[in-house]
Amino acid sequence: MDFNDSPEDAEYRRNVRAWLDQNVPKKIGSTEHEKLAAAKDWQAKKAAVGYGCITWPKEWGGPGGTAIQNVIFTEEESNYQVPPNPFRIGLGMCLPTVMAVGDEDTKKRFVGPAMRGEEIWCQLFSEPSAGSDLGASRTRAVRADGKSDWIINGQKVWTTLAQYSDYGIVICRTDPNVPKHKGLTMFWVDMKDPGVKVTPIRQMSGGAEFNEVFLADVRVKDSQRLGAVGGGWKVSLITLMTERLAVGKLSGANWAQFLDAARRTPGIGGTPALKDQSLREKLADWYVQDEAIKHTRNRAMTAISKGQIPGPENSISKIIAATKLQELSHAAVEMLDQYGIVSGPYLSESAGQFHATLLTAPGLRIAGGTDEILRNILAERVLGLPGEIRVDKDVAFRDVPTGR
Amino acid sequence: MNFDFSDDQKFLKAEARKFLDGNAPASKARAILNDKDKSFDENLWRAVAAQGWLGAAIPERFGGLGLGYLELCVIAEELGRAIVPIPFASTAYFLAELIGLAGDEDQKSHILPKIAKGEMIGSIAVAEGPGVLSPDGVQTFVVDGKLNGVKIPVTDGMIAHTAAVLAYENGQPALFLVDLQHGSVDRENLDTLDPSRGAAVLKFNDSPVTRIGKLGEGWKLIESLFDRAAVLLAFEQCGGSDRCLEMARSYALERYAFGRPIGSYQAIKHKLADMYVKNEVARSSAYYGAWALNTDAPELPIAASAARIAASDAFWFASKENIQTHGGIGFTWEMDCHLYYRRSHQLSLVAGAPRLWKERLVSQLEKRASDGSI
Repeated sequence: MDFNDSPEDAEYRRNVRAWLDQNVPKKIGSTEHEKLAAAKDWQAKKAAVGYGCITWPKEWGGPGGTAIQNVIFTEEESNYQVPPNPFRIGLGMCLPTVMAVGDEDTKKRFVGPAMRGEEIWCQLFSEPSAGSDLGASRTRAVRADGKSDWIINGQKVWTTLAQYSDYGIVICRTDPNVPKHKGLTMFWVDMKDPGVKVTPIRQMSGGAEFNEVFLADVRVKDSQRLGAVGGGWKVSLITLMTERLAVGKLSGANWAQFLDAARRTPGIGGTPALKDQSLREKLADWYVQDEAIKHTRNRAMTAISKGQIPGPENSISKIIAATKLQELSHAAVEMLDQYGIVSGPYLSESAGQFHATLLTAPGLRIAGGTDEILRNILAERVLGLPGEIRVDKDVAFRDVPTGR
Repeated sequence: MNFDFSDDQKFLKAEARKFLDGNAPASKARAILNDKDKSFDENLWRAVAAQGWLGAAIPERFGGLGLGYLELCVIAEELGRAIVPIPFASTAYFLAELIGLAGDEDQKSHILPKIAKGEMIGSIAVAEGPGVLSPDGVQTFVVDGKLNGVKIPVTDGMIAHTAAVLAYENGQPALFLVDLQHGSVDRENLDTLDPSRGAAVLKFNDSPVTRIGKLGEGWKLIESLFDRAAVLLAFEQCGGSDRCLEMARSYALERYAFGRPIGSYQAIKHKLADMYVKNEVARSSAYYGAWALNTDAPELPIAASAARIAASDAFWFASKENIQTHGGIGFTWEMDCHLYYRRSHQLSLVAGAPRLWKERLVSQLEKRASDGSI
């Protein structure tokens, strides 16, 4: 049991560090346009030397590296100020799906440009009436009259990066007369098509990091179909499986910031709030949770380095981290007592971070699998408990009852 | 990155489980629970000693196996899973560790081989009454090599041969070894919340003692000792809480209500998912503690605190929600659920309650923060 790299991994890390030292761009830019250009340049530079898509096979222009090499690169890269990464959805989810089910022409056309950062992809899955229940997607794709082409109409929601994307993969209802999972088909679409309209969603936090995407009479060729007609659900599972392999981290205010704030904030009786035993106990719990997430991740890395597929570590970490961020930021704001309602210039920058986390935390408990769905996943896939009773399983999709 | 036990250590763990499945079913703990005159299973104690486990981390030159702490950790997890009714923790995590930490060559060569063979049962005598013991509260004193005072409760105090006692000498705290078979020691059996783990009140009347470690460093020594024990106890707790989850899961699959297994209801599924999450938090924290213990890392005090906090929380949650999942039958004497519920308290209190460890953790974080090292 140790935290050391194997000799091969240590060498890989040294090379990565040396390369990053030499190549990390000096300027990232300040406008959105400049940042996007910097991001594209950075991805191209990485791809040219085999750091673009480390685990991709040689056949598709990747170096055929190991999962742990990918982790090492990500860890090392995070120590530098690098341009934003608008490629993560495409390279992490869309293109692996294209590689798994696309025909040769499609793969040849898209894999290289995506890896080199020339084209950005998004994933058009969630809908206003299909969130946790993705299989209930209603965006329709119907055959154009007498042609093999398809016409797509519908609305997608919570689409990350849609505003920058060149292409997207979209799951559509092609047959409403069969049970829901059997009537879905996956396509790729050109996001620059005049029928595609992208509008930002204003979140409760005030930010706008996601989009609604409206598809109105978007005509796609049958060659844009990914997988069989009616096979869209299976294809979407491939996409979502690759999501599990990405070892993510939720960001927000942490225990060290809380500790620092509690030292400087007056508590009951005028002593620092950090002397408050109830806050101390909470602080201990958050520290334990933060560290446990780190070490759970270390256990997952160990499994990956031994060539094993990681287990449900991501679900565990997300359940803990999202709730912890919410509770911690809530306690930090409460610690300010009446002043906790103040924001803007009268609130210190550090205290402002707790306000920001407080307002983003509800989204963290929902995005990428709600707390409830993640608990179902753990209960069913890890503990082997029975699946939910599905009243819509054997019913034609058009007959499934709908509410809001 | 190799944050896992080795194949050899996993093999040892599998062997330990096989042995305990055969030799230490929960009925052994229950038998002790049901027998007022017994506070441990002597045959099981001998059988466990014969496996060499007591000496897993004791160097070979002192009669141990000389394996290491990672090996002792995997054994601890299996012992906790089996809720063994034997004084393993008192002897191996406390007395043997204390001798290893602060004993002189003579104490080591005299005591460690006996522990490794299972010939000496140890105990740690610190508490003197309800509530948290502070340095000012100790009312046990040593004058001219003679100990006077009362320790209550002392886990395994009725069956131990030797106790390590916290007492003051010349106004300074220190730890002392006492032969409990000496006529000057009065022992009285205590009823306990977990009767499968016995305890005693020990009264010392001019009892002859040998000091272990330096005078004045008793408090520091206790903290170092408890850090080490905390990691090992955390593995026992992980074993116990994993077993609770298994019991709850099996029952949730077998028990039907309203025409379907209760494990198909989200109220139960989510409860069990929460148990699983807490158990994994405890496991990851315990692994880090194991690393710190095995490498004698400066992070040990913080790692041990985190392991103890997480494991105590996980075992408490799993043991209570296991009963809840079982419903009425879980509340009966005949089901094993309450054995784990009782044991979860025994383990979370024996080296100081989680509240104390949270304070210990935060005060260390505070120190690091003011050093600017976080």
